Amino acid sequence: MKEFQPFRLLLVFLGGIVLLFIVAPLAGMFIATSPSDLFDTAADREVTGSIWLTLWTSMLATMIFAVAAVPFSWFLARKKFPGKRLVTGIIDVPVVIPHSAAGIAILGFVSRDTAVGRLGDSIGISFVGSAPGIILAMAFVSIPFLVNAARSGFETVPEKLEKAALNLGASPARVFFTISLPLAWRSVLSGLIMMWARGMSEFGAVVIVAYHPMIAPVLIWERFTAFGLSNARPVAVLFISVCLLFFIVLRMLSNRFEDAESK
Amino acid sequence: MLKVNDLSVKLGNFELSGISFAVELGEYFVLLGNSGAGKSVLLQMIGGLIPVGGGRVLLNGREITGEKIQNRGVGLVFQDAALFPHMSVFNNIAYPLKSKKFTTRQIEGRVGELAEITSISHILRRSPRNLSGGEMQRVALARALALEPECLLLDEPLSSLDVQLRGELRSLLREINGRGQTVVHVTHDYEEAVLLAKRIGVIEKGSIVQTGSPAEVFQHPRSEFVARFTGIRNFFGGTLREGDTSLKHFTGPDQQFTLLSDEPPGEGFVVIRAEDVIISDSKPLSSAVNNFKGRVISIGPARIGSEVIVDIGVEVGALLSDESVAALQLKAGKEVWLSIKASAIKFIRK
Repeated sequence: MKEFQPFRLLLVFLGGIVLLFIVAPLAGMFIATSPSDLFDTAADREVTGSIWLTLWTSMLATMIFAVAAVPFSWFLARKKFPGKRLVTGIIDVPVVIPHSAAGIAILGFVSRDTAVGRLGDSIGISFVGSAPGIILAMAFVSIPFLVNAARSGFETVPEKLEKAALNLGASPARVFFTISLPLAWRSVLSGLIMMWARGMSEFGAVVIVAYHPMIAPVLIWERFTAFGLSNARPVAVLFISVCLLFFIVLRMLSNRFEDAESK
Repeated sequence: MLKVNDLSVKLGNFELSGISFAVELGEYFVLLGNSGAGKSVLLQMIGGLIPVGGGRVLLNGREITGEKIQNRGVGLVFQDAALFPHMSVFNNIAYPLKSKKFTTRQIEGRVGELAEITSISHILRRSPRNLSGGEMQRVALARALALEPECLLLDEPLSSLDVQLRGELRSLLREINGRGQTVVHVTHDYEEAVLLAKRIGVIEKGSIVQTGSPAEVFQHPRSEFVARFTGIRNFFGGTLREGDTSLKHFTGPDQQFTLLSDEPPGEGFVVIRAEDVIISDSKPLSSAVNNFKGRVISIGPARIGSEVIVDIGVEVGALLSDESVAALQLKAGKEVWLSIKASAIKFIRK
């Protein structure tokens, strides 16, 4: 018979409280939403359009910024340079500042009377009240998740393997794409998923840069303020369900990829 | 020819300085030194993995001191093989060929050829994660040889292997060198040096203290460090033969020894620690089966006690306490008897 351990029991109890704190409100929301409300919401073009907009703008923000952020993460993992601590500190700034403030900062940077805004206008891209603005706001608040995860991944790749590849005649770019990136892939993928997820859940920064077109978090807010909790809840449940579905599929795919790789 | 001229570097508290040596085309050069002596750093400087602080590296007349790693023309094999874990054995060996834009057909041909030389044709489809230490080193060798490097640099390639695998891999290294491949091999193991090197460079605390053939370095150590580090002043080449009893006979060009060994007959070396050599005034009555009459050539101070060199057809060094030297009234030219137990003589197969 196992010995009675009061401390262990306390840990289980405390862990249960933390889990309950996360699960209970979500479960309550799902329970409080009737299937008919959910079907009606799923048939609402405004809701589906906004969920779709949220998914693709966040996806595009992740893909566009990954092009620069992933090699930059490798650079941060490998190279020593003056001011490196400052640079890594700057990367974390979007995480610590209020996101409404981040939205104000982005708006000030891309509005029509700024150089960036004028440049965008000249090529037919408006950043205010548009998908490109949403992408910028999402990327701003979510990019630290990608950079930090990818950097940790690259740090675990033995530098010796990269040097061995260089010694075998590979160019630095080939070493990055054939050795560093595949070996850090798990962390990079995790960072991409985190960035995408964080982008999708963003409200504060996006609502200031682009109230319209409405992404799902903004739509939920609007429904809540205009029609109340019962009207906003089905939209939230639908949005969360779609997000969860995507995460589960992505995690399964990445796990399968890892299993195949380790064989 | 690899020429290293006055190479130096400072890495934190560690410093390499004034490193100079030359390796002839097709030569097998072993850099021998303790852990932390700077052997691996030196190898990585030649390979371009660590920037050179001062001095020059020339390979076949071409200065490669500041050359990019990928353009140096040297192949480096790491102690732990450094295989790419996410690629099959085939793709590991093909990696350098793909970097140099070989065609698929050329790659298949060359990988097949290298796999044959290194006896790994049967594991080409396997993942490096499932290979033994010996197989990993063979793959690393095949991969390093793929681009036909002008010089092959080996960083302790045998240190993680068991005795039998070491023997097999040594034969492979000898075979690769026999094909004309110039090799620089770093190790802390004098047996490897004895068995593979045409020439040896002994490295101590960031400097090369002696270079020469194994016989020159081991039999005539130029410094106390070399003598102490190699510890095998008594080192002779010859042939081991079976005896009538459990004892075997070793015949060198100038002397014979009787020894206890479980090694099969063949070519090799015997090593005798100076501490195991006994000197007497007259023929001793003891269990030692190797008793030789000889003449003292020299007596010099050792790290502890004195080293007495006696000519018994070959020069044998004995380590004696200063009290014994005085009691036996040893001096150059004196006739003495020299005894060695059969079990104190170690045979190393070639």
